Amino acid sequence: MKLIIVAGPPSGGKTAVIRQIIKSLPEDALPAFLKVDVVHATEDEELAEEFGIPTKKVYSGDLCPDHMGILVLADALSWADELSRNMLIVESAGLCLRCTPYTTYSLGITVISAISGTNSPLKMAPLIALADVVVVTKTDLVSQAEKEVFRESIRKVVNDIDIVETNAIQGTGLRYLMRRIASQADIEAEPVTLRGAPPLGVCTICIGKKEIGWQKHFGMIRPLDMPESMYRGD
Amino acid sequence: MTRQVTLTILAGKNRSGEKEGFKSMEIRPGDTISIVGPTGSGKSAFINDIETLAQGDTVTGRTVLVNGDVPPESFIRDPAFKPIALITQNTRCLADLSVEAFLTMHIQARRSGREELLSETIDLANTFTGEKITLKSKMSSLSGGQTRALMIADALVISDTPILLLDEIENAGIFKDKVIQSLQGGNKAVIIVTHDPYLAVTTGRRIVMKSGGVSSVIEPGNNERHLIEYLAGIDDKLHHIREKLRLGNVFYSVPHELTTLPIDQGCEL
Repeated sequence: MKLIIVAGPPSGGKTAVIRQIIKSLPEDALPAFLKVDVVHATEDEELAEEFGIPTKKVYSGDLCPDHMGILVLADALSWADELSRNMLIVESAGLCLRCTPYTTYSLGITVISAISGTNSPLKMAPLIALADVVVVTKTDLVSQAEKEVFRESIRKVVNDIDIVETNAIQGTGLRYLMRRIASQADIEAEPVTLRGAPPLGVCTICIGKKEIGWQKHFGMIRPLDMPESMYRGD
Repeated sequence: MTRQVTLTILAGKNRSGEKEGFKSMEIRPGDTISIVGPTGSGKSAFINDIETLAQGDTVTGRTVLVNGDVPPESFIRDPAFKPIALITQNTRCLADLSVEAFLTMHIQARRSGREELLSETIDLANTFTGEKITLKSKMSSLSGGQTRALMIADALVISDTPILLLDEIENAGIFKDKVIQSLQGGNKAVIIVTHDPYLAVTTGRRIVMKSGGVSSVIEPGNNERHLIEYLAGIDDKLHHIREKLRLGNVFYSVPHELTTLPIDQGCEL
């Protein structure tokens, strides 16, 4: 089975890109789709209706969606396998964009819109640094020079990353992405693991503790005048 | 010296699935081409196909060849090699940069090491627009016209590509004549989407769009020179009035100098 993991900030065009991918897949491709979101998502229903493929969604609630994605990914691969699918496409909403969802044996795709500001690639550097491909969407909304300056900004994060520019609604320029997907190897026998180290620990705020002030929390804590975080056990 | 490139466009289909009104079209250095047609007729899609060097993989099914061949991937994906610059109607702009930072980053992408192009670009942009653009201006504080002026100057100086695509430059309130003059210098092929009659008739070829496809390609040669003169007269008058309005003039009657311009002298349409 091929594993395709698509991540990026909200409204970047992830679902539009996935729609174009499914539309352009070869006939022997049997995709399944998993959407990981925080509180509300309809993409699973839309894609199931449009393409007649098995889809699933999971809400992360108090947990960060990438954290949730990591927890459920093994189950999702078994689910797709039991349905005899040969491709699993995972869409992750991401939150802080640090806990990147890409794994070994996956094609990691970051989707980011061309109108999101020059510095946004730097702000989401881990998500880009650990990806295989950056898909820049909404390029029809900017001028040529802006598109090229945005590309330059991505190259500041990773100089030689594969960049694909598209108007995802129409699917222009996605032939390079489809070629990457076609050459993506199947998952092998070894276990699938995360590519990068996630941020340290799940803190008491992540699990819904409301009090303010470091005195009330455990895990990684930091008072205002301390330059480094420190760990306080429960 | 700008590289020399010839594009060949192989026809695709219109929205009803019918073949377009041409088989293949060559665009050579120095060509000027206008694209006309009602809104929604596929004008922007046409230049977008050129910009992405479509290989039968867009909704129109057109194929674009460079110098007779399928273009190498770097022509599309690497700004340093891309032979095409497109000025879209949308210049939303990366809002967080100064003009200087923006142009410097673009020079890095296209012409690394040519920092002197920075002042050349801004000087040219300032010949297209009324209020001066400075290097310290924020991209987001520029007006629509100033932004468009800057993008056109950027395409001419920094991108300096053999093919220039312009989507409705007349809407920006910039000095159209000066822009056209600058575009026609050098050996570039210029393709302009336009609703402006004067711009449309002054180009060497006119591509007419209808329901998503090219319906015909017109090469008027010398036959439309009377119309060009007539429209130039109208354009002069409009230009004159526009500039006076911009300076705060009030007109209580049609100005004498306008009624005496040689415009209606037996021109047959």
